[in-house]
Amino acid sequence: MTDRRGGGGRNVTQPPDVDVDLFEDAPCGYLLTDRTGLVTAANAEFLRLVGLDHDELVGRRTLASLLPVGARIYLETHLLPVIAYDGSVREVSLDLVRPDGVRVPVLLNAATIDRSAGSADLSLRAVFFETRDRHRYEQDLLAATAAAEQARLEATRLAQTLQQTLIPPAPPAIPHLSVAATYRPAGDGTTVGGDFYDFFEIDAASWMIVLGDVSGKGVEAAVVTSFVRYTVRALTVGLRDPAAILRSLDRALHAHETTRYCTLVLANLTRDDDGWTIRLSLAGHPPALLRDPDGRVVELGAFGSPVGLLDDPEFHTVEHRLGAETVTLYTDGVTEARYRRRLYGDLRLGDLLASLPPGPAEITEGIADAVLAYQHGDASDDIAIVSFGALP
Amino acid sequence: MFVHGFGCGQDMWRHVAPAFEDDFRVVLFDLPGSGAAAPSTYDPVRHGSLEGYRDDVIALLDEVGLSSVVLVGHSVSAMIAVLVQIARPDLVERLVLVTPSARYLDDGSYVGGFSGSDIDELLDLMSRNHLGWQNPLAALVAGPDSPSVQDELERTFCRTRPEVAAEFAAVTFRGDNRADLPHVSVPTLVLQSREDSVAPMSAGLYVRDNVPDCELEVLETLGHCPQLTAPEETAKALRSFVGRARTERTA
Repeated sequence: MTDRRGGGGRNVTQPPDVDVDLFEDAPCGYLLTDRTGLVTAANAEFLRLVGLDHDELVGRRTLASLLPVGARIYLETHLLPVIAYDGSVREVSLDLVRPDGVRVPVLLNAATIDRSAGSADLSLRAVFFETRDRHRYEQDLLAATAAAEQARLEATRLAQTLQQTLIPPAPPAIPHLSVAATYRPAGDGTTVGGDFYDFFEIDAASWMIVLGDVSGKGVEAAVVTSFVRYTVRALTVGLRDPAAILRSLDRALHAHETTRYCTLVLANLTRDDDGWTIRLSLAGHPPALLRDPDGRVVELGAFGSPVGLLDDPEFHTVEHRLGAETVTLYTDGVTEARYRRRLYGDLRLGDLLASLPPGPAEITEGIADAVLAYQHGDASDDIAIVSFGALP
Repeated sequence: MFVHGFGCGQDMWRHVAPAFEDDFRVVLFDLPGSGAAAPSTYDPVRHGSLEGYRDDVIALLDEVGLSSVVLVGHSVSAMIAVLVQIARPDLVERLVLVTPSARYLDDGSYVGGFSGSDIDELLDLMSRNHLGWQNPLAALVAGPDSPSVQDELERTFCRTRPEVAAEFAAVTFRGDNRADLPHVSVPTLVLQSREDSVAPMSAGLYVRDNVPDCELEVLETLGHCPQLTAPEETAKALRSFVGRARTERTA
């Protein structure tokens, strides 16, 4: 037995009254290497793991030569330097390779034999535990994690696609009205926000403009956005008054199983021979901003409750005869944009609006650019802006 | 100046560098992304090629005002040292390339020792084993100045940040610097291990045969890091090579 171990003068610890050799009979692979990496001793379990005879291994092979090529680099560039520095490594997961190419997944603990500080002697004691079953289990876990990640990506993609359908790329051409709209997503654009807008024709002389913000982000917000948008369209078949539409929408959203609520502004525009009349109602939403040709800015709209939130909501329609002003609707991503905790705010928006050229496209782009610049490109919320003004 | 290779930081030289401190100015540092280098120094674009590391070494030499150095590079940094010498011949008097390889992947008749799938396996092993790489939560909980975190930081020499390690490994093992070797214009020493599974003898011989003024010394050790497994022999070979440089200069 002694020369098979080849340790030369090594003392084998023998527990009292037990007829086992702690090295040879250890229930794990046990290996000794000298400072050059050459194997100087290996126990029965290690020989079984690597599928080699004692004489094929001891004094002939290095630990590196028992590993797959990639693991050899890992051993040389990571494990041995760490062992040389710390004296040991623990729980290293790698494979041993048998002569027939079959891999045996193992966990490795290794330590230097000379534990004195600063020793450059890299002679090692190493134990190996076969982890075939555990390895398979880990592979399954990894595969399940990868599948979950893939599913999350697909859900995000679905939500983004859904949201794309909710935001018309450009407003439709409305006779005698100049309209512009802008949407900017939050952050890097991968998070699905709840902002949306919609324009649709009720009859030859009447249009509805909708701009809103569903609470929260993600797939469910996108679903509610879709629900709100199509419910408004459906309600318009029987109702014209924006406040009445909001009341019905509120009941519909309460009946929906979502806990999300929505703020929005509805503007019904009716054309007669002399121009446009706006009937506008707010649901928990900032008022519309009217900018006249001299740069004066005033608010339009009376306070209303968010839809889907309160048991006893209130909604009011205000009426306005559209003159030479430009009307701007926006979501709170504009005024609640932050830089170092400071809000962009109503005052800044009012000043900006007064200073911009009066055209709707100039206004929506000007506001979006200014708000993004204010946040130094790091938008925490998405923003939607719609502007319109009368044309002759 | 000693430049550590892929995997660990400047502590790789701790058994060799002290032997030169009496009669040389010794410069040791951690490459960006490795060892205890400040995380902000690593730039995935700049360090997406060895030229980024080359420019770092040049900038460091300029900053400390050194020229005519003996530049010692281990492993991949042997090629970084080659690139430094070619770009700024004024900075480097001699090159020592410890276990160098100008290309790790096999290519036709060239034997680098590796295939692409071997490199994939290396990356897989690095992602499976973090070797106690500092738990980012520990610093958050304890605060970056707490003793336990400082202690962790001191132990980071072989704990390249995982995302950096993958990029550095790709740059290292997918690189090809064979065409650069003939442009080296200073005396060069290759230190080769007797048996090295990362940079095999064929890789060392290729470097010797293609660098114009180059000699190769085989160290009687096994493995890729003779500065760890045979520090005395490594220091002795280095001493003999730079000692000759001094004699030539005085002559």
